[in-house]
Amino acid sequence: MKIVVCIKQVPNTTEVKFDPKTGTLIREGLPTIINPEDKNALEEALAIAAPLGGQVTVISMGPAQADYALRETLAMGAHEAVLLSDRAFAGADTWATSYALAKAIEKHGEFSLIFCGRQAIDGDTAQVGPELAEHLDIPHVTYVRRIVSLDEKYVVVERALEDGYEVVESTLPALLTTLKELNVPRYPSASGIVTAFDEKKVAVWTAETVGADPAKIGLKGSPTQVKRTFTPSVKGTGKILTGTHKEAVQQLVQELRAKHVV
Amino acid sequence: MDFTLSKKHEMFRTLFQEFATQEVAPMAAEIDESGEFPWVTIKKMASLGFLGLPFPKALGGAGADTLAYIMAVEEISCACAATGVVLSAHVSLGAHPVYQFGTPEQKALFMVPQAKGEKLGAFALTEPNAGTDAAGQQTIAVLEGGEYVLNGTKVFITNGEVADIYIVFAMTDKSKGLKGISAFIMEKGTPGFTFGPQENKMGIRASSTTELIFEDCRIPASNILGKEGDGFKIAMQTLDGGRIGIAAQALGIAQAALNESVRYAKERQQFGKPIGTFQAMQWMIADMGTEIEAARLLVYRAAWLKDMRRPFSKEAAMAKLYASETAMKHTVKAIQIHGGYGYMKDYKVERLMRDAKITEIYEGTSEVQRMVISASLLK
Ligand SMILES: Cc1cc2nc3c(=O)[nH]c(=O)nc-3n(C[C@H](O)[C@H](O)[C@H](O)COP(=O)(O)OP(=O)(O)OC[C@H]3O[C@@H](n4cnc5c(N)ncnc54)[C@H](O)[C@@H]3O)c2cc1C
Ligand SMILES: Cc1cc2nc3c(=O)[nH]c(=O)nc-3n(C[C@H](O)[C@H](O)[C@H](O)COP(=O)(O)OP(=O)(O)OC[C@H]3O[C@@H](n4cnc5c(N)ncnc54)[C@H](O)[C@@H]3O)c2cc1C
Repeated sequence: MKIVVCIKQVPNTTEVKFDPKTGTLIREGLPTIINPEDKNALEEALAIAAPLGGQVTVISMGPAQADYALRETLAMGAHEAVLLSDRAFAGADTWATSYALAKAIEKHGEFSLIFCGRQAIDGDTAQVGPELAEHLDIPHVTYVRRIVSLDEKYVVVERALEDGYEVVESTLPALLTTLKELNVPRYPSASGIVTAFDEKKVAVWTAETVGADPAKIGLKGSPTQVKRTFTPSVKGTGKILTGTHKEAVQQLVQELRAKHVV
Repeated sequence: MDFTLSKKHEMFRTLFQEFATQEVAPMAAEIDESGEFPWVTIKKMASLGFLGLPFPKALGGAGADTLAYIMAVEEISCACAATGVVLSAHVSLGAHPVYQFGTPEQKALFMVPQAKGEKLGAFALTEPNAGTDAAGQQTIAVLEGGEYVLNGTKVFITNGEVADIYIVFAMTDKSKGLKGISAFIMEKGTPGFTFGPQENKMGIRASSTTELIFEDCRIPASNILGKEGDGFKIAMQTLDGGRIGIAAQALGIAQAALNESVRYAKERQQFGKPIGTFQAMQWMIADMGTEIEAARLLVYRAAWLKDMRRPFSKEAAMAKLYASETAMKHTVKAIQIHGGYGYMKDYKVERLMRDAKITEIYEGTSEVQRMVISASLLK
């Protein structure tokens, strides 16, 4: 079984700053990590591939330093890694990103499953996975918290909902986006780190390598216009009633009456 | 000159830090108290290849180098110095002599399973009457019908009882003095080979320290490491490498003292402000940081020299001397910064101070390191 995992190198902080002029992320000077949920994606792919003798390929679009994130996936046990890197990709929004990833996956060839993380901790859109599936014209299931079964033709997963989950069956090939509940990512092994740096190579593909249409990549291929970015205000907070149990219950009943709930 | 770590070593560092924080630190206080050997952690370390870090992949190792290995000892000791010494004694003292001096058959039989982490190693030189004066070995080995017969007692052996494979030193020819000492590979379970009770120690309490007792203990003649009479040379060269490991252990302990002190100095308020705003505290922390950084440079350089296959004996002694004395001095200061709270077992610095002391004693006391260094400088 051939499995593709898409990973993004992100700043190691949730406090990302935006350049107010361009609306783009300011990434300079922050230590980077593999987007946490992408590690769950990789872990699942590795766990599925191991007993089947499958092949796991990791793809990332990003600047040259994303090489390090890809090496980490090799150290964890991925079989090959591809860095999609080209100045022409710069300034991509999620649509242009997913288009470029789709071209790379097409070039890479046959696959049964694609894993993406649910969302990146910097961009936070959760759009790349579903968009990628659309570009490739394959089904996708988001928020996967458990894989129930998998055979040559079908995958059955539990998809998390706000207040429960649904069981979804999909034909293969399919794209799944993963939640952290799915698994506990393994550590890279010591010999894996040596393999990743001394024995393996990260392939570097450009827009030309993957045959991407120049009009559909980078800033030019990005329909998104960032007007403003902001942190949404927190939803209404709860109210804590104090006092003895009896007092608290009395207050509660009063409040509920006042709101005409009871 | 370039002081930046390679990307590969950066990844090693991150791995060791994450492993130490998530797997080692949470149980450190508990196993210090109980003295329970950290089997769970050691098994995890084995599965990740930590027990064979500096050895080639062809011999079951991870294919990394001394630098990666000592960073592992440093980071793990920063979380738990007892777990750190298990690693250091296994790699440097248990597996390395077979790697360096063993025949291909001995490597396949003993060292490969050690590098893979399937078997734990130990090193038995010290005797009740042969400590610093290691040449005064009273354990004897006599060749008898294709077998060596060992009689004697070793004391204070790290990984005693928990290890599967022991490098044991014994006199094969008393008349030759230093040149009469030989090294043997001894497996646990050999008839006549037993252990004394666990030592009740001040620090590194979760590590195992026992006596080894040999009573007419017979091993195949092929279990001799090197030739008859090579023992002292093997012991000294092995300790040269081991000292870098202990230096790294000391460095990890010292770094932990600094981490705790910085955190506490920012948190603890007296006279309406954090104690870190008082110059007396600031100066202690400045000295701590500076001397730890100096120790780190010495330790990493000694490791680098070993990796470059250049002489490193003096540098390893300097690294061990300085790092261990830094650890001792600054774990004491860390308790000072913590005041009365630091004297309580609820705070990590209490354990750090007890753990630091051993680094000035084993694998050559500080006096021995000064002897090695001065002998090299005055020659
Ligand atoms: C409003 C907005 C405007 C933006 N404008 C710009 C811009 O002008 N210039 C610019 O450089 N960036 C811009 N970005 C960032 C860029 O669009 C995103 O970083 C990128 O498209 C991925 O989207 P995301 O971070 O939301 O990932 P998500 O969609 O949240 O990621 C989901 C999953 O998709 C996969 N994935 C995401 N990105 C990659 C990748 N690069 N390689 C491989 N797999 C990946 C991962 O598996 C990830 O877990 C913008 C982001 C936002 C939110
Ligand atoms: C927890 C622990 C673990 C150990 N693990 C191991 C192990 O795995 N394998 C092993 O073989 N050994 C091990 N040892 C033994 C350790 O290496 C010895 O304790 C150490 O070498 C000192 O020997 P000693 O205790 O006999 O002290 P002594 O040699 O009696 O020394 C007492 C004091 O005299 C000083 N001294 C001695 N000779 C001189 C001299 N010529 N000049 C100046 N000062 C001198 C010493 O520095 C010291 O301060 C361990 C010890 C401990 C406590």
